Amino acid sequence: MSDDPTSYASPGDDPLQRVRAMIQFTPQAKALGMEVTKIETARVWGLVPYREEFVGDPETGVIAGGVITTFLDTLCGTAAVAAMEHPTTVATIDLRIDYMRPATPQKSVLAEAHCYKLGRSVAFVRAVAYDDTPDNPIAHVAAAFMVNSNNGRKFGANLRTKKS
Amino acid sequence: MSETPQQRVAAAIERVPYARFLGIRAELKGDELTLIMPFSQHLIGNPLLPALHGGVVGALLEVTALTQLAIASKSERFPKTVDIGIDYLRSGRPVDTYARAKVVKIGRRIANVQAEAWQGERTQPIATLHGHFMTPETEDATA
Repeated sequence: MSDDPTSYASPGDDPLQRVRAMIQFTPQAKALGMEVTKIETARVWGLVPYREEFVGDPETGVIAGGVITTFLDTLCGTAAVAAMEHPTTVATIDLRIDYMRPATPQKSVLAEAHCYKLGRSVAFVRAVAYDDTPDNPIAHVAAAFMVNSNNGRKFGANLRTKKS
Repeated sequence: MSETPQQRVAAAIERVPYARFLGIRAELKGDELTLIMPFSQHLIGNPLLPALHGGVVGALLEVTALTQLAIASKSERFPKTVDIGIDYLRSGRPVDTYARAKVVKIGRRIANVQAEAWQGERTQPIATLHGHFMTPETEDATA
């Protein structure tokens, strides 16, 4: 695997390898220990392991909603990229999460994401998180992503002082 | 110590493991809470720009909403989230991020809360959140 951070955008690579490289180049996804386990066109499966440092409620040991937000945001973005013939960057426009129940302590959170519509500018993605089977969900997500979000913005664009 | 319940809940958030993972600090002025998420490399989601991970900004907003709701409802327990919607307005630059929340309504069972995150300028939010949460006192009645 090349160290060039743009290498994941080159078509022709094995999709699972490309997506795993994306995760490795994303410090927060790496910090969560997030893994992508399976990939098909427009669909990805992944998990985030249970860790004490993710606990949001020390009384019950249940992980914070923010862990699921970050995990599902990343997985949905990955599904959008997995829908593309020529992968490019995406940025979240909005993300809605419905929580059905708390995640089970000590268990990994699993999820599958599906990009059900890829437009030229916007990708629409749904995901479900669970820790046993998808029909007993922890959370549902609906998200929209801007396609080719880095377009016209140079590397390090956010390091310069700019007018927004 | 003569801490108020509001001060206790603001201090409690800093002891939550996930808030520590993000590096979140709390500042309470009267009954208004500001959460501060100092920049750290592990919060990055897009290493090319670089930009903060949207999930982390969402997480900061959710924690702010939960804590402000606990303060407003004079509860020392954090409410449970029913649903949240996050709108991303600008990419989060690699600098400190701040967030405040406004409790719009506390109903008998459900509360409605809005939150905003910003960086350099308060008038230029990077993301906003609106969410529904179980009203702390009635939480057990819905189990």
